Amino acid sequence: MEMSPFIVFMASIFTNNMILANFLGMCSFIAVSKEKSAAWGLGQAVTFVLTGTSVINYLVYHYVLVPYGLVYLRFIVFIILIAAFVQLVEMIIERYFPVLHLHLGIFLPLITVNCAVFGVSLFTVIRQYNLFQAAAFGFGSGVGWTMAIVALAGIRQKIKNAPLPKGLEGAGITLIITGIMALAFIGFSGIIHVQ
Amino acid sequence: MSRKIKDIFSLGVIKDNPVFRQILGICSSLAVTNLMLNSLAMGIGLIFVTSLSSLTVSALRRYTPGHIRMMVQVLIISAYVIIVDIVLKAYFPALSSALGPYVGLIITNCIIMGRCEVYAQKNPPLASFLDGIANGLGYSLVLMTIAFVRELLGFGTVFGVNVLGPSWVRWVIMIMPPGAFFVLGLLIWATNLFLPANEAGKASSAGGGR
Repeated sequence: MEMSPFIVFMASIFTNNMILANFLGMCSFIAVSKEKSAAWGLGQAVTFVLTGTSVINYLVYHYVLVPYGLVYLRFIVFIILIAAFVQLVEMIIERYFPVLHLHLGIFLPLITVNCAVFGVSLFTVIRQYNLFQAAAFGFGSGVGWTMAIVALAGIRQKIKNAPLPKGLEGAGITLIITGIMALAFIGFSGIIHVQ
Repeated sequence: MSRKIKDIFSLGVIKDNPVFRQILGICSSLAVTNLMLNSLAMGIGLIFVTSLSSLTVSALRRYTPGHIRMMVQVLIISAYVIIVDIVLKAYFPALSSALGPYVGLIITNCIIMGRCEVYAQKNPPLASFLDGIANGLGYSLVLMTIAFVRELLGFGTVFGVNVLGPSWVRWVIMIMPPGAFFVLGLLIWATNLFLPANEAGKASSAGGGR
């Protein structure tokens, strides 16, 4: 696939946004979008982990799994690498950046189970990206995810006291807001075409 | 025993439905709902993985050290998902490429791990197996409902068979991502209105979310 990393980066933010186009990372997207500061913290952590794991998983896939014919083990290997990476990052941040750890600490364990992280690694393999594209894709997906969750948190804070129909509070209205956001993002889809 | 089985199913499929009540596993539930066939395949795969991993986790629960149980659960789940992936690739290549990465994403589907953690960890294998089937079934029902609405309005078809006639104006938005968000949001609204929350179910599912 001949596509510059910059195009991949822009596409993963706007036209192929992880949440709004691929539905990945929804669980934490709905659970942690009640406040802007928490959403921003989680977004930063996800971006960091996504960039790191997409590169690591790319390297392991192409230099370990493919040469040894172990491609069918990729699910297990990716999951373990993601979990290990998150653990490592948590230990490093705790040791050297205690302030940042106070800020992001509670979000890091959540990320291990974030579908977006695993999904990005799988997409990287399916779309046959090269190393730079994989890095750009991981970083762009993280930025796109952060943008979506911060925007949603902003909207949810605004409507906190709005009178909603019975039964629509919580998940229901959040999904409908997300739908409207996805609708707006479809406006970008003419710019770049991926796949 | 038969009464217990009935309880397991009514909790898992309706009263404590993983998607509506616990808002779990919607990551992968939405992406494959543009066609009913894809949803059916995803549902069957999920029932297979949920039931068998619950069975395995439950059978091994006495031998699994508490502090590494999460890792063990993930490995068990991954093993079953790999089976699903290989079977799909071998016998249904078209379906496999249509589902793309979402087959692998069954691993990160919170429902499976939620059931392993909440139910299989404390109950005997057979009951866990049935609980897995019930929750998988509840999840598949939701998938099929969303897919039914989206495919019917978006293509005018059900399982690829045209039902609304050639003059039907397609709701293109239903096939695109926003349609999935709207349909699921409205479905959750309808469930909250017509099926009052079940307190016992809430208690059994507490801690299952992540």
